[in-house]
Amino acid sequence: MGWIGETVDSIKSIKIRQLLTQAVTLGMIVTSALIIWKALMCVTGTESPVVVVLSGSMEPGFQRGDILFLRMTKEPIRTGEIVVFNIDGRDIPIVHRAIEVHERKTTGEVDVLTKGDNNDVDDIGLYADGQMWLHRHHIMGRAVGFLPYVGWVTIIMTEKPIIKYILIGALGLLVITSKD
Amino acid sequence: MHSFGYRANSLLTFAVTILAFMCAIVSFSFSNQTPSAQIQILNINWFQKQPHGNDEVSLTLNITADLQSLFTWNTKQVFAFVAAEYKTSKNSLNQVSLWDAIIPEKEHAKFWIQISNKYRFIDQGYNLRRKDFNLTLHWHVMPKTGKMFADKIVMSGYSLPDAYR
Repeated sequence: MGWIGETVDSIKSIKIRQLLTQAVTLGMIVTSALIIWKALMCVTGTESPVVVVLSGSMEPGFQRGDILFLRMTKEPIRTGEIVVFNIDGRDIPIVHRAIEVHERKTTGEVDVLTKGDNNDVDDIGLYADGQMWLHRHHIMGRAVGFLPYVGWVTIIMTEKPIIKYILIGALGLLVITSKD
Repeated sequence: MHSFGYRANSLLTFAVTILAFMCAIVSFSFSNQTPSAQIQILNINWFQKQPHGNDEVSLTLNITADLQSLFTWNTKQVFAFVAAEYKTSKNSLNQVSLWDAIIPEKEHAKFWIQISNKYRFIDQGYNLRRKDFNLTLHWHVMPKTGKMFADKIVMSGYSLPDAYR
């Protein structure tokens, strides 16, 4: 009975140390990803430095599933810039082009009207009731760069959450069963 | 350390990193860009003050442009648009887009078109009589991957009539 007790003890101690090391490694990976994300937010000046294109309203330039890199600077918004904005009451950001800009002489504030390249009408129908223009605080950033197709991963994970759970489950399994 | 899994993993990581690097590098390839354009206002179709109090004008424009030098191997399309720019007493800058087009290929980038304004030219107020304005042709080069470029040509010297018609 003695050596069973010994074996059980040694197995327990190995497992605990290994588990702790793996947990710390996992924690390091997650926190360094968070650090990189927050640093990107600082550098680009916007709350979401990367967005995925969800609709076809900017085709053929941006297809569904493309990734856009955003920047927000203090420079004023001008026509032709592709802006990403939020409407009060909706949480999905919209990526369209500014087609009309009016800048107040006194305050420097701007009224902006947007339209998707592939849409026939401007975005007045999308704005909140009674809202005729976008203002600077609605706009999250300007699109400066673009990567095709990479955003499909996010779209698939959002529309079919099962895949998200399967992926996380598989990753978790891999972490636990790897011997490193 | 020599199992198939490890080798496949490091190969894949390396390949993806190199691919991302290449996609980023293409943004730095510049070519000799010499676009040209001319815009003529053929006719002021009508010029009215709308019931809600804002001026509106309808124009017929004649647009000639050669944007072929903007196309490179990495160009997916060029988005071109014409905007009217002017100042009023309340606004230090107004930019109203009058027409736009998507140019998917180099062959279509040299064009001549005569149209009336695609988007309504409405002021915030009724300041358009005898207004001088610039017409700008903007282009936005959208790449297959990487950084997007935009620039414009400003043409000045246009003005609207003194009275409504």
